Amino acid sequence: MDYFLELFFGGLTRGSIYALIALGYTMVYGIIELINFAHGEIYMIGAFTGLIVAGVLTTLGFPEASILVIALICAVIWSASYGYTVEKIGYKPLRGAQRLSPLISAIGMSIFLQNYVMLAQTPDFLPFPSLTPQFDFMRPYSAIMNSSELVIVVATIAVCVGLTLFIKYTKLGKAMRATAQNRKMAMLVGVNVDMVISATFVIGSSLAAVGGVLIASHIGQINYFIGFIAGIKAFTAAVLGGIGSIPGAMLGALVLGLTEAFATGYVSSDYEDVFAFCLLVLILIFRPAGIMGKEKAQKV
Amino acid sequence: MVAAWFAFLTFPILVVKVNTIDGTILWRWENMVSIAVATFFGSYLWRWLLARKELKRDEAKRETLAERLLTTIQSHPVLKLAGLCAIAVPAVLYPQVFDLYQTNIMVSCLVFIVLGLGLNIVVGLAGLLDLGYVAFYASGAYAYALCNMHWDIGFWTMLPIGAALGTVMGVLLGFPVLRLRGDYLAIVTLGFGEIIRLVLENWGEVTKGPSGISNISRPEFFGMKLTIAESTMYMYYIMLGLLVLTIFCVNRLQYSRIGRAWLALREDEIACQAMGIDKVKTKLLAFALGATWAGMAGVVFAARTTFINPASFTFWESAIILSIVVIGGMGSIRGVIAGAIILILVPEYLREFSEFRMLLFGAIMVMVMVFRPQGLISAKRKVYTYKGANTAGAANE
Repeated sequence: MDYFLELFFGGLTRGSIYALIALGYTMVYGIIELINFAHGEIYMIGAFTGLIVAGVLTTLGFPEASILVIALICAVIWSASYGYTVEKIGYKPLRGAQRLSPLISAIGMSIFLQNYVMLAQTPDFLPFPSLTPQFDFMRPYSAIMNSSELVIVVATIAVCVGLTLFIKYTKLGKAMRATAQNRKMAMLVGVNVDMVISATFVIGSSLAAVGGVLIASHIGQINYFIGFIAGIKAFTAAVLGGIGSIPGAMLGALVLGLTEAFATGYVSSDYEDVFAFCLLVLILIFRPAGIMGKEKAQKV
Repeated sequence: MVAAWFAFLTFPILVVKVNTIDGTILWRWENMVSIAVATFFGSYLWRWLLARKELKRDEAKRETLAERLLTTIQSHPVLKLAGLCAIAVPAVLYPQVFDLYQTNIMVSCLVFIVLGLGLNIVVGLAGLLDLGYVAFYASGAYAYALCNMHWDIGFWTMLPIGAALGTVMGVLLGFPVLRLRGDYLAIVTLGFGEIIRLVLENWGEVTKGPSGISNISRPEFFGMKLTIAESTMYMYYIMLGLLVLTIFCVNRLQYSRIGRAWLALREDEIACQAMGIDKVKTKLLAFALGATWAGMAGVVFAARTTFINPASFTFWESAIILSIVVIGGMGSIRGVIAGAIILILVPEYLREFSEFRMLLFGAIMVMVMVFRPQGLISAKRKVYTYKGANTAGAANE
């Protein structure tokens, strides 16, 4: 039972991280129908910014609790700026081009960002200081779930709730929904579509940055390549849940995280990623639009 | 303004370098200055290029001189023959003139051209976005490596078997994913490619895991053992032959009934079904034929390097092949060749800036897409003209 619970919470943590990254994918896809391959790299840049800020602050001797907060804020700011810039350079000039062009541009961006970080920092793994405060909560449970996992899960839930409320109740959220539904119509009724798209990239990148810092401090090391696998997994999660749908992305991420955790725990740890992709293939065969996705009516 | 933005943007990554173990910080302010200066001028260039692109769009229909020249060459049989010779002669003489290293690069370039042409069938013609193309390539390579290791089967027997295996794999993958469209298809094929790679990596008893299989025998020339230099040269000619065969086949396919069905499928699936085209069969055929070439290229790859491991079959490989197709110009054979030459040879010759190689590669990909989204050489539909009653509908080459 303990083992089961341990795996369950491990899966929950994984799922939370996937959710944070997957939201960025799904939001961007919902609005401009582009698989933003550079999103994983944005997450990686968030993690690196977090590391650098944390490193500087530790040397300057800041108290521990403030380091986490400042590192998170800085990571969010810089990741958001990167997301914004990537969109401006790589995707904006390609509006209205054929569908594959922005995709290739995204792959190019992804290669560029990876190598940029590799050259500017190092190609090796860097140790990441544990930023989350260590504390004991409820004695029997702290054995199976440590505090950094708890912080990740709680932060993710908070961010998801915040995002849902934001999309539902603010003006910008409404504009985003309108743009996702029909870009042309949204433009006609006076939505500043360019601004909405930029905002989507900024929000998605910020979420990825939060995920980046939290997971890096949980695992304890990062290198320039972490964005790739995380990005693919998160994208898988987004597709699982039905891409374009925000609750779908959260659900998909959770399903993916739990599946992986149980599969590695009970079957074999070598094939960790294989399970994720098999699950994806299976679900897509039986529900081509994902778990929460709606089948779009075909235009005739 | 832009310069200040970029200086801010690159600040944490480029300027600061921390070492969390020793607790030391390295400040590199000189990087910030150079970035600011570079982007200041870069942004003007960027805007000028964008403005030029806008201008071009207005006069898009005007053919450039080079395009007109190509059309003229193609429409005269004598000139066309001369043009073909002009390409063929240096291609045949290439390994004689240049050294081993150059020939080797050229062989890998040819492999990628064949791969690109294969993927071109799937993506360029049929419009099915396949991100796991490398799986077929890997299956061909591993099939040859394993058969060679266990049963000592030679290159020439394996080439058709590899092709057949590719076809079978194509059908196997194609079958379940036919219902999916667009990006779902992309992600499932991506997943499939990763599954294959991970299985190759983890199934140690059969594939020898990440360490790979070495000592794969090179192709034999009627039982003669060749030296490395000779066999590289031989490999080059095999590849050249394969390439010519591929170009011939793809060219014929493109203008056949199936090829037209693919184009129709790419343009509008529903209208295409309404016209009575069997969607399932057409898509499967595209997948299978695309995979066939990947299988063959895989066999050649294994024979050329004599060593394979799963690291050669990552997602990036698929991405690069896809980029070859898209950067060159989807659906255009000339485009794919140009794309492969650019994407494979440029990084090779950029080795002098070895560290910045991939950085430039990524940047080039973005720039090509931004300034020429349709690819370097865009596909042109063949023009059919009506020539009198008895030759109605005959193709005008």
